[in-house]
Formats: sequence, C-alpha cells, structure tokens
Amino acid sequence: MTVQYSDIQVGDEIPLLKLQPVNRTTLAFYCGASGDHNPIHVDLDFARKSGMDDVFAHGMLSAAYLGRLLTAWVSQSQVRSLSVRFTGITLLGHVPTCTGKVTEKFEEAGEQRVRLALRCTNQYGDEKLAGEAIVALA
Amino acid sequence: MADKNLIGHRTGVFSVDVEKGRLRFFAKAIGETDPIYTDEAAAKAAGHRALPVPPTFLKCMESEGRDVVELLNLVGFDLGRVLHAEQSFVYHKMAFAGDVLTFDGFISDIYEKKGGALQFVVMEARVTNQHGEHIADIRSSLVQR
Repeated sequence: MTVQYSDIQVGDEIPLLKLQPVNRTTLAFYCGASGDHNPIHVDLDFARKSGMDDVFAHGMLSAAYLGRLLTAWVSQSQVRSLSVRFTGITLLGHVPTCTGKVTEKFEEAGEQRVRLALRCTNQYGDEKLAGEAIVALA
Repeated sequence: MADKNLIGHRTGVFSVDVEKGRLRFFAKAIGETDPIYTDEAAAKAAGHRALPVPPTFLKCMESEGRDVVELLNLVGFDLGRVLHAEQSFVYHKMAFAGDVLTFDGFISDIYEKKGGALQFVVMEARVTNQHGEHIADIRSSLVQR
C-alpha cells in the first residue's frame, strides 16, 4: 500500500515506531555496527571519569530509529532529507518511541513533497530528539 | 574557544567501501525488521539493486574514514565533554552495498553560546559514489559542554 500525496493532510500522524528498552547490549551492538567507538557509550569507567553516572545511548542510535520510522512509512528512495537535534540524553532502560506529523504539503523540484516534524521520546514523554524530514509522495 | 580561523578548513577526502555484512550488522543493531535491509532477494524484489545504505548510516561510514579524536584535538575539544548537537542529511541518490563512497569534508562553522560555556563546531561533507554521482550532503554539529 503506497502512501498518496492526495490522501495526506497537514496534521496527520504517520504510524509510530516503539522500540525495545535500551540496555548495555543495545549500546555494545550500536558501538560496533556504527563505528562510533566513543567509550562514553560502553565503558562505565570512562563515563564516570567524564562525570556521568553511567553510560548512555548514542544520539545517532535514536536518529537511526527515526530513519526506520520514515522507511517503514515510505520507500527510502522517497526520503529527501532528515535532520535531527539531540535535545536529551537517552539513558539505560529508556524506551524510545518515534513519531512523525505532517506539517506542510508543498511542491518543490517538480515533486509533491511533505514536511514532517519528528520526535523521539522516552516512556515518560521526555523528548530526546526533535527533527524534520522531507519526503516525496506520488 | 576553538579557533575561528579553522572555518573552511578541509578535513580530508577519503573513500569507503559499502560492505553488505556491515549493513546487516547495522540493521541488527538498530532492530531493523524490514527484510530489504538484510536480504538481497527482498531488496531486489523492492526494486533496489543491492542492500540499501539506510538513512543515517552515511554518518557511520564517515566516521570510519575520519579520525574523530584527531579532529577534536584540532579544534581543542575533549572527547569526554563532547556531545552531538545536531545531524542532518540531504539525499540526492540512494547508495547500496558494493558502492564506494567518497567523503569530502570541511569545517563549516565554529561558534559559542552562553558566554562561551558551550562551544560548537559544525562539519559538513559531500558524499559521491564510484560513478561521481552526488549521493548526499551531511552536516554534523558537535558541542563541548
């Protein structure tokens, strides 16, 4: 089922993506797979020396979840841009939930496009990432 | 304060192979359930020529070719105090397993907020593939607290 431009209204929410709780294994996998080897995300001793109580999630892990939110909704070939601001730190035990809302419909570069406001929050509703994406729709 | 004269500094050009095993590992790490990111037959059935590079993985490939610690040293940042503030991607064409992507980077901005308590460095890179096609532009903003 393909998402059609004519079926989309400003204010529409796209299907949300709820993840599993973040644990140390999640972060170890993301460290290895992403190539982001900053020890602050996996090495408790390093994190404490840097003044943190514990390791915490890579911001780019939640950004990847927002990527999944988009590509679960449309084909990746329709995604024109994705930008995120890291507004909070995702701690161990947090359950990321990604949402997207259509904020604008417009034509650009000969295409019908929509602008989405994206958010990733934890289970308490605290925002961790805020972002925006532009997606082309037929 | 990082030296504002570093604005415009070229951070180097390098190329990275897109390896399908690496893409599968990344898919596992982010809990991806869509088979087009792990199963070549599913990717081809969806119209892709190979496993796609997912939207944020370009940033991972960039950090593979660039020594972040060296870059942080250049701007006088300390790894333990640095956080990622913003990240953006503008996509022109998709990239796939088997491609060779070239990253051409530069420092696009250096500024501070809160009277110098927060220092920001913004880096950008133009990404092209082995055919010289423009794949994406990526922009990363780091903050030292």
